[in-house]
Amino acid sequence: MTAISPAPAAGAADVATLRVTGKQPQADGVLTLELSSPSGGRLRDWTPGAHIDLVLPNGLTRQYSLCGDRRNPGTYRVGVLHEPESRGGSAYVHEQLRVGDLVGVGGPRNNFPLVPSARYLFVAGGIGITPILPMVAQAEQLGADWRLLYGGRRRDSMAFLDELAGYGDRVLVRPEDEFGLLDLPGFVGEPRAGVRIYSCGPAPLLAAMERTCAYWPPYSLRVERFVADDAGAPARTAPFEVELARTGTTVTVTPDVTVLEALNRVGVEVLSSCRSGVCGTCETTVLAGRPDHRDALLDDDERQVGDCMYVCVSRSRDERLVLDL
Amino acid sequence: MTAPARPSSTVPTSDADPFGSEVLEDPLPMHEALREAGPVVLLERYDTFALARYDDVHAALVNWQEFESSAGVGLSNFRYEEPWRPPSILLEADPPRHDAPRRVLQKVLDPRALRRLREDWAADADALVDEVLARGTTFDAAKDLGAVFPLRVFPDAVGIPQPGREKLLPYGDHAFNAFGPANDLVAKGAPRVAELSGWVNEQCRREVLAPTGFGADIWAASDRGEITPEQAPLAVRSLLTAGVDTTVHGISAILYAFATHPDQWQRLRAEPALARVAFDEAVRWESPVQTFFRTATTDVRIGDVVVPEGRKVLMFLAAANRDPRRWADPDRFDLARDPSGHVGFGMGIHQCVGQHVARLEAVSIVTALARRVRSIELDGPTVRHHNNTLRALESVPVRVTLD
Repeated sequence: MTAISPAPAAGAADVATLRVTGKQPQADGVLTLELSSPSGGRLRDWTPGAHIDLVLPNGLTRQYSLCGDRRNPGTYRVGVLHEPESRGGSAYVHEQLRVGDLVGVGGPRNNFPLVPSARYLFVAGGIGITPILPMVAQAEQLGADWRLLYGGRRRDSMAFLDELAGYGDRVLVRPEDEFGLLDLPGFVGEPRAGVRIYSCGPAPLLAAMERTCAYWPPYSLRVERFVADDAGAPARTAPFEVELARTGTTVTVTPDVTVLEALNRVGVEVLSSCRSGVCGTCETTVLAGRPDHRDALLDDDERQVGDCMYVCVSRSRDERLVLDL
Repeated sequence: MTAPARPSSTVPTSDADPFGSEVLEDPLPMHEALREAGPVVLLERYDTFALARYDDVHAALVNWQEFESSAGVGLSNFRYEEPWRPPSILLEADPPRHDAPRRVLQKVLDPRALRRLREDWAADADALVDEVLARGTTFDAAKDLGAVFPLRVFPDAVGIPQPGREKLLPYGDHAFNAFGPANDLVAKGAPRVAELSGWVNEQCRREVLAPTGFGADIWAASDRGEITPEQAPLAVRSLLTAGVDTTVHGISAILYAFATHPDQWQRLRAEPALARVAFDEAVRWESPVQTFFRTATTDVRIGDVVVPEGRKVLMFLAAANRDPRRWADPDRFDLARDPSGHVGFGMGIHQCVGQHVARLEAVSIVTALARRVRSIELDGPTVRHHNNTLRALESVPVRVTLD
């Protein structure tokens, strides 16, 4: 029995602002963060391969793959590598973020979903193991035939080896200082139908995977690229204004309320349902300003377009948003 | 904790039959009795637990970890009983198997994917309203609009051929009856099950579907490996099962609501943009889908009661949608209300994946009607259609005045 309170009327604040409830070293330069709702309620559901946007207290937004147990609805886990050339994301997490701190969370979104198959091959490089970890757990649960090739610089820099040990010889751990470069052709073998290949890791590994799988049937290989430590504008922590184009009304949205709540307070009714950025009912057209998307619906391209937002969770990057309301 | 073999003695009991004709004619008194009896009630007749309060229904809907769907979302427990058809890969599935089909259908039925249908459906709705009003100012809102409009637009959007479409409603009606006990309603549908199922399954084949539409989109996803070719026809079947009767009864419900609340029709006329809110308010108020079951995956405590692992739980969406603990003046159909958060479409990972389609259909027809009709009122007694899961209207005679 879980101890998750029902809290059905939980506001978006409960899923969009989480508390750091755990910070544990996993390997040399790698730690995991555990995040939970301050109210103890359920977090938004996710599927293996999904990531969240973490809005750090210093205003930087970084994306991390979820690597915990989806059956635990109260906790997210992410793995974070301390990157030497970090521009403030991973360095902040490693050096300054503390248990008890609050962080903003967007998503989860999944650009790297595990599609149904009887056979999987997984290839992970370094911190690229994080989205693969829940995938292998799921493949195992489904009784699929699967194998994982996991490379890293040195054994002590490779996270989750203890958790992977339980899978026995399905997992090949190949630190570079012991084995040299990964033998990709040897691992994936000859092209054949009915096998799904998933790979996540540094760009050279993914490029090598694409070469290795060039003659495989279409859609056999799926990869997830690390998102560069982007230098985009920090998320706003200050209030912003929402202008309603049809009525000319302007509403101030303070950090403690959602756009939806702010609209409701001035009598503007926007139909919503899940209030957690999942169902899409409250989609609202954006006429000007850049939304700070916190939903689990829009993919990266749709976010770039920026012509709509889900007002139950998403906010603003600019001082002023103009909505078609 | 230690799990008792039997439910705790404190659980309130009820001898009501949620699937009996008396309750199906008017379920509201039973809903109130169940809500007031406690957070969870044992339905003695079916030896099944029932939830009728908003908070508890909502909590069970979102908690897929402890309340599974793959043992069936009807009374029948698939752990011990053979389903009447191959189980749905959406409704009757749990993560992880549920993930891929859900993701595909969610994308196919996404609000942005429906934009291309908006103008066509508005024109179709105008044309149907003109046809009906050309015959006179008295008509049957359920038979002439509710049961007609979804069948004009939805099968085309899926991409199935014209012949045989009259089988969709009886097929859906049986599928929704089959979630209940093996009563007279199920027996009534049984003789045609093989014929209707055979026809529906045939429409799900790639060769039969139009080259564009929701059906083709689903098959295209299987080409990309997002679902398997074996799953594609079952995903199409889900659209054909869940997408017709529900919208028919949803549209009849909103028209019935307006016919019995003339002031609300005036409000809509003054502010046509309220059509979307009005439909969700009608779904809350009438709850076309009344109930679904789950099965406990572990001993689950609800209030003071422990629902033992493996036992069925009946969630009364309709009772939750009129729970005075959640809704002020819940029996009133009121466009001033914010119906957001109602559970008429469910909630959580199984929440109606076609809800945006349903809203678009309803908004199209209500908007078309509001353009021409100044007032709408009942013109005779309404007739209910009984179904083990659906709250439905067979006949809603109305009289309208035109601009």
